Amino acid sequence: MFQVRIHGRGGQGVVTAAELLSVAAFLDRRHAQAFPSFGSERTGAPVVAFCRVDDRAIRSHEPIVEPDAVVVQDPTLLHQVDVFGGLRSNGFVILNTARTLGELGLAELDERFPAGHVRTVAASELAREHLGRPMPGAPLLGALAAVTGVASAESLAAAIRERFPGRLGEANAAAATAARLTMLDAVHA
Amino acid sequence: MPYQPIKYYQAGSFVVGNRLLDPEQRTVQADPRRSNTLTSGHRACQGCGEALGARYALDAAMRATGDRVIAANATGCLEVFSTPYPESSWQLPWIHSLFGNAPAVATGVAAALKVKGRSDVRVVGQGGDGGTVDIGIGCLSGMFERDDDVLFICYDNEAYMNTGVQRSGATPAAARTATTQAVGGQPGNVFGQGKSMPLIAMAHEIPYVATATIADLHDLEAKVERAMTFHGARYLHVLVSCPLGWGTASHDSIRIARLAVESGVFPVFEAEGGEVAGACRIRRQVPVEDYLRPQRRYAHLFDPVERRDVIELIQGRANRNIARFGLLEGS
Amino acid sequence: MPRQMEGSKAVAETIARCRPEVIAAYPISPQTHIVEALSALVKIEALSPCEFINVESEFAAMSVAIGASATGARSYTATASQGLLFMVEAVFNASGLGLPIVMTVANRAIGSPINIWNDHSDSMSQRDSGWIQLYAESNQEAIDLHVQAFRLAEEVALPVMVCMDGFVLTHAHERVEIPEQPAVDAFLPPFVPRQVLDPDDPVTIGAMVGPEAFMEVRYLMHAKQRLALDAIPRIAGDFAATFGRESGGLARGYRLEDAETVVVALGSVLGTIEDVVDGLRDRGERVGALAIRCFRPYPADEVRAALAGARRVVVVEKAFAVGLGGIVDQNVRLALAGLPVEVHAVVAGLGGRPITSASLERLLADAVAGRLGGLTFLDLRAEIVERELARLRDGQRSGPHAENMLRDIGIVASGAV
Repeated sequence: MFQVRIHGRGGQGVVTAAELLSVAAFLDRRHAQAFPSFGSERTGAPVVAFCRVDDRAIRSHEPIVEPDAVVVQDPTLLHQVDVFGGLRSNGFVILNTARTLGELGLAELDERFPAGHVRTVAASELAREHLGRPMPGAPLLGALAAVTGVASAESLAAAIRERFPGRLGEANAAAATAARLTMLDAVHA
Repeated sequence: MPYQPIKYYQAGSFVVGNRLLDPEQRTVQADPRRSNTLTSGHRACQGCGEALGARYALDAAMRATGDRVIAANATGCLEVFSTPYPESSWQLPWIHSLFGNAPAVATGVAAALKVKGRSDVRVVGQGGDGGTVDIGIGCLSGMFERDDDVLFICYDNEAYMNTGVQRSGATPAAARTATTQAVGGQPGNVFGQGKSMPLIAMAHEIPYVATATIADLHDLEAKVERAMTFHGARYLHVLVSCPLGWGTASHDSIRIARLAVESGVFPVFEAEGGEVAGACRIRRQVPVEDYLRPQRRYAHLFDPVERRDVIELIQGRANRNIARFGLLEGS
Repeated sequence: MPRQMEGSKAVAETIARCRPEVIAAYPISPQTHIVEALSALVKIEALSPCEFINVESEFAAMSVAIGASATGARSYTATASQGLLFMVEAVFNASGLGLPIVMTVANRAIGSPINIWNDHSDSMSQRDSGWIQLYAESNQEAIDLHVQAFRLAEEVALPVMVCMDGFVLTHAHERVEIPEQPAVDAFLPPFVPRQVLDPDDPVTIGAMVGPEAFMEVRYLMHAKQRLALDAIPRIAGDFAATFGRESGGLARGYRLEDAETVVVALGSVLGTIEDVVDGLRDRGERVGALAIRCFRPYPADEVRAALAGARRVVVVEKAFAVGLGGIVDQNVRLALAGLPVEVHAVVAGLGGRPITSASLERLLADAVAGRLGGLTFLDLRAEIVERELARLRDGQRSGPHAENMLRDIGIVASGAV
């Protein structure tokens, strides 16, 4: 089982991102379960969503306490919420920022986890470029899928297009692909 | 009802005999084929205004619809005296659910009929003042707001009679009830705004709102029949006297209702789409005192001391009704 | 064809295939997505003919369903928590009138204090209302139960509550198989009411029944619910035969064969429990689980048969009887009367407090080691409650515990005592 936790703020599409990931895994013929941490609806408030993926049917609905991967959609949460709590020692971090880990004061984070497991991606910038709006969910998922293999690129693109009709879907899919490529480039660099 | 000139020479009465009218204009009750929707054998008190009003109203509804009415009834006197299990006085499909939900149950019945394509069957919701003005007001307002195809009839005897004459939101100022007793410095019901359910209904701008009383049963029938020509939410507020609760003689039920009308205390009018469309004029105005004196629920206004101040306040209310609804010639 | 979708949406689509004729809707978290989805399906006429009525309260919702059902229309509504309580008068009225209304209860805690998260206090508060109560373990089971519920309700002439954990199931996206329309139509014949409001054959419904007949009428309600104990497994069997999937029924055992310790529970926590059981079994522990699928009518015989061979039973429940203890626990003890089985009540997950596999493992270790008492509140933060209890013992101010607890933690700066 692979468990992902996504942090962001209300209105940034955190819940949708978890759902999209689950649909992508489903299209890969795997079992997936996505759910938000629930609360009254409020734009801007910290939001967490979860997704677990497995090859067998998933029975449990307990919260994800020890994720295998953490996605942080909004870096302003870094010093407000314990976004890395419970992350497994060989876990992954996908962080939405155009800055470096050092600039964010997270250099030591890189050392705690295996090489290449802690990645930054300028997802909001990519989203602005492809979508015209800083909705970082799709590019972050593209990066996550590339780095962890939790879902295939094709299924992720299909899930995005199914959820967002027409031009919006294409733009989101393009942003996801662009993010994926930056991950692969960085690996080869 | 179209006007018909009648010459009559009876003295001392304002009642025109039914047989002087053209057959089509006669009361439903004159027709041997009437439905007897609320048939005999029920357990209402002698002189019960509600039993009288309900019988006339439902028979009129049945005639207007070719006997195709379903009724949803709130808890209250009408429901209790008409269905002492295992007997029932009702000769139409009838359901009693709860005290506060008759309008919602009626909405549900109407919805089911619509789904099943039974546009020929009409729905009447009915209840007393407690079930309509107080505990049922939420459901009633919802039914109005959605314009559900229901005629809701409130039989207003101005208190929770079935449970022993307690005050309701429709109890008039100064009236004695079991929870507004005629004791202390301010005996009887307090003076407040008062809830006018007809005005509240009009504020919802539903197709048809009317008031009526058992003093003019023919007018009540006509209003029920008129209501049935509309579709959507309709509301009929009927003043029905209660000999027990009002402290009147059982043979005076109709007379006391007439005094309520003729004094201006109870305005009789019709409204369509939220605007008053017409009123029944007062034929011979009487001072409110004539209306109050025969009722023991107002006895404390006259005995041991006359409460002229309260009576004046009540007269002021009546005058306001007369002005507001144009109840007198030239007003 | 399996699909990946949100539980609420799956329920809505399934309800639509059951062809309800009147839907009354009032929103309350966490049921909102169900009624929203249904409203759209009716508007685009994917579900037709159907009257979707936006009512002004839950009391109105159940009342509209009563009127509609009495007129012969298949009727549905959904609610949770405070909404269920607000309609309680009508809930009892519906079962008393024998109307086959189906209602989804998206289980949520009841206030005060207000809490929008999942537990079973809402449906448990209505266990004596005369409604049949079915509990779903997963979203797949939730949608399957709704199909069975309409048939069950109309067959036995009793309303049915399908309980699914709010947020945990309603808002989870997972793989489900929505029953196909033709199969649902074959499984669910049109509603033929026992008695109906119809001018062609007038009846009086809802008369006042006095002391001379009331006991008999109420006894018949009880007898009718007991008859449902036969109908429920039969309908579940028909469902399995039609749709190729096991769901519903009265109770289902998991690895009970030689189990020494059995965990009993209702609803979605069973998924976590089954994972824990598997883990313990791998380590050689003789543990099993019993899922109670139908809580009312209470399947005492099935529960007894399933648990008779165990040494100890741990009942994990998401509600409790204030001043007494466990609810499901009491019912289990009743079923096991006279048998030498230890029963332990564990109240867990109140107000959405997560029940983790780690906690359950610790709990079962305690049970096996004999460290578990008669009544346990799982993962209770004892230090917080102790301070408040000490205040109560010292005779200090009463009032809302939630706010008082904050005083102890020092969050409320108060000058007075």
